[in-house]
Amino acid sequence: MTTHTTSTDMNTAADTPSPTGRLVGIPAPAARALATAGGALSLVSCFLAWTWTDAFPGDLTVYGYPGGLQWLVLVLGALTALFGLASYQVKGLRWLTPAGADPAIRLAALGAFVTAWYTVLAISLTLGGVVNLEPGGFVVAAATLIALLGALALPFERPKADPADPEDSGWDQFKHNAGQKWAVVKAAFATGPLAPAPKLPGYAEILLITAALAVGLGIFTYGIGTEYDELFIGFLVSAGFGFAALAKAGLIPRLGALTARHSNITTCAAFVAAAAFPFTQTNDRFANIGVNILIFATVALGLNIVVGLAGLLDLGYVAFLGVGAYAAALVSGSPSSPTGLHLPFWAAIIVGAIASMIFGVLIGAPTLRLRGDYLAIVTLGFGEIFRITVMNTDGTSGPDITNGSNGITSIPDLKILGFDLGAPHEIFGFTIGRFANYFFLMLLVTAVVVLVFRRSGNSRIGRAWVAIREDETAALAMGINGFRVKLVAFALGATLAGLAGAVQAHVTFVVTPEQYMFANSVPPNSAFLLAAVVMGGMGTIAGPLLGAALLYLIPTKLQFMGDYQLFAFGVALILIMRLRPEGIIADRRRKLEFHEDAEAPTVLGKTGA
Amino acid sequence: MTALLEVEDLRVSYGKIEAVKGISFKVDAGQVVTLIGTNGAGKTTTLRTLSGLLKPSGGTIRFDGKNLRKIPAHKIVSVGLAHSPEGRHIFPRMSIEDNLRLGAFLRDDRAGIAKDIQRAYDLFPILGERRKQAAGTLSGGEQQMLAMGRALMSQPKLLMLDEPSMGLSPIMMQKIMATISELRAQGTTILLVEQNAQAALSLADHGYVMEIGKITLTGTGQELLHDESVRKAYLGED
Repeated sequence: MTTHTTSTDMNTAADTPSPTGRLVGIPAPAARALATAGGALSLVSCFLAWTWTDAFPGDLTVYGYPGGLQWLVLVLGALTALFGLASYQVKGLRWLTPAGADPAIRLAALGAFVTAWYTVLAISLTLGGVVNLEPGGFVVAAATLIALLGALALPFERPKADPADPEDSGWDQFKHNAGQKWAVVKAAFATGPLAPAPKLPGYAEILLITAALAVGLGIFTYGIGTEYDELFIGFLVSAGFGFAALAKAGLIPRLGALTARHSNITTCAAFVAAAAFPFTQTNDRFANIGVNILIFATVALGLNIVVGLAGLLDLGYVAFLGVGAYAAALVSGSPSSPTGLHLPFWAAIIVGAIASMIFGVLIGAPTLRLRGDYLAIVTLGFGEIFRITVMNTDGTSGPDITNGSNGITSIPDLKILGFDLGAPHEIFGFTIGRFANYFFLMLLVTAVVVLVFRRSGNSRIGRAWVAIREDETAALAMGINGFRVKLVAFALGATLAGLAGAVQAHVTFVVTPEQYMFANSVPPNSAFLLAAVVMGGMGTIAGPLLGAALLYLIPTKLQFMGDYQLFAFGVALILIMRLRPEGIIADRRRKLEFHEDAEAPTVLGKTGA
Repeated sequence: MTALLEVEDLRVSYGKIEAVKGISFKVDAGQVVTLIGTNGAGKTTTLRTLSGLLKPSGGTIRFDGKNLRKIPAHKIVSVGLAHSPEGRHIFPRMSIEDNLRLGAFLRDDRAGIAKDIQRAYDLFPILGERRKQAAGTLSGGEQQMLAMGRALMSQPKLLMLDEPSMGLSPIMMQKIMATISELRAQGTTILLVEQNAQAALSLADHGYVMEIGKITLTGTGQELLHDESVRKAYLGED
């Protein structure tokens, strides 16, 4: 469908200097009307019944009220219609599309189409045939198709056609032509220049940031609360298309500029939004997912200091989380801890952090003289050595310290200033369960790590890390002691992981060697931590947090994929590295690294997005 | 008067190949001294050895009364020797201002650093205009200016410039050379390595001609500029 280009199109395109192209042959005014009306109709059709039985999850049988997957189609249909209206220059909607409406319409319509057809097909397949569709199902399928056809027929600036060299071999010609077609498709989704932002008073900008974060919290809460696989897949698809459409419309870049201007307020507001999360949940199950995401994300952010700022590839980072967790578990008063110590939490977390730091320095001191690949291999080895050592210090093959593969169990719940984190509490009429308590505690640790990351990233040592990463020889000539600076990064990263580990030990009740492997199906492990940093965006704060959230949520939600999870993970990793090597959230420096030709006069901001 | 930098019988080898075969030269405070020579003469090797990036196999290096051979590379800057390396080696993905701040990495007087950054912007106004821009987006000549500005940020007693004119347009080269004279007028001691003998000799107090690892000729800038064999070998005259 999307590559439907006729040969006459190609020829006329080659002749005109600024050619317009379209992917489907409908005149432009009709196309725009179709896209907008199709979007509106998709929205309306979500209030119809799509199927007759509630055997399909989400109850899509109700007239007059959308449910389950219908909500997703509704949002995307609404986006299509709104962008369509904005493209008519309707007063009051033009702010929606500062970078041009048409690519945004295409993406929103495509998203609505994919989600709606996915739903309709899923209904037909799970219930056995299209007879299970109510008229509403056909209406939504038709409406999203109309919107998509209209959107694809919107004109765009077609890149100049470059006919293949007739002397090339058939394969080369094929490759050339395929490349040309791909360039046309890419041009169809290319954004225009961003219109200059209107001047807003400071409070309005802050209100906008607050609103955006509230929407973000809402989307995240919705995703974490999805009850069945179909809805979560639909959620991922619609969230992806919706985000892409907003980005193409220019709203995401504009919001990025806003948050960069008020970075302190944004950070605070983001923490407030995160702290609001447990209050949106009635079930402690999702708070459990939330606290695990926070642990994973915090450790990923610590790793980002080592990998993203200092450029040291550490493949054994999870060992530092393990050291912190074991150290805290040993002094937690657990009956299986041979020390028998029971320190208060503030002391336990310090013990965890310091133990990790010492371990970091011990590992770093001999290995950081190595560069690149060698460092990666040695850290990988040390990570495994930690796990095997813990496994063997069980009293039979070694001294009795860690209880071997049984781990340290029954770690008691924390009591901080008389507040029992193990029991549910009533706050403002909301019941805050055990995992929600730990969620708040972990959020504090995350805040500390974010603070450390930001302060160090913009400091003298932060500049030294980046300098070492960019050009070690030149950095040496500036008087930077490369070894010492790298050791600081390594030890700091280890300490932060130790902080998270100390909390983790209490959240999970038990620490075992299997929790700290290089690769495992359950994050956090070294491979997933690195993936969270790289996919999320190296050198940024939001990147690893987002990457960790996705990498935790997706495997948790898609249990049915079973053994294919790691396969899907690998495919996703390859695709992201191919299409967006700088990660989902790009550090401006990284962007320059991967797209040297991109934008020349780049203004570099501070560390962290 | 003792020299600021005194090199005696310096030898540097890459494995079995001796690139610098026992050279001796000196730089007095306030002077501009130039090392000229063709490709592979050992000029860059000499500078890299002085700044500690290479280990000499023999000879002595005395700088400001200290034995440089005993000082590791990252501490050389702190004794007052700054190196603007060949090929510039700026940090391309950091901002211009961050590049300059890195030049002052070993200093901790905030006010002094701010003053010197301003001085670099006065010396090279284009850097001031683009202070937040990524250094890699600058043109070759502007990057050279940044490399020089960055080297000056450590308040060096001796500034070593390695091929500042390499790969630059004639106009940009003139600008760089004019800046070197300006620095000299301000009293900065400079050790200049150049392939462009004409430009280097005309502003040098003293010059040394290097050929395959040895110093073959020495004299004041003007003497060398008018020397028969130098004119034949380096200035393209028959």
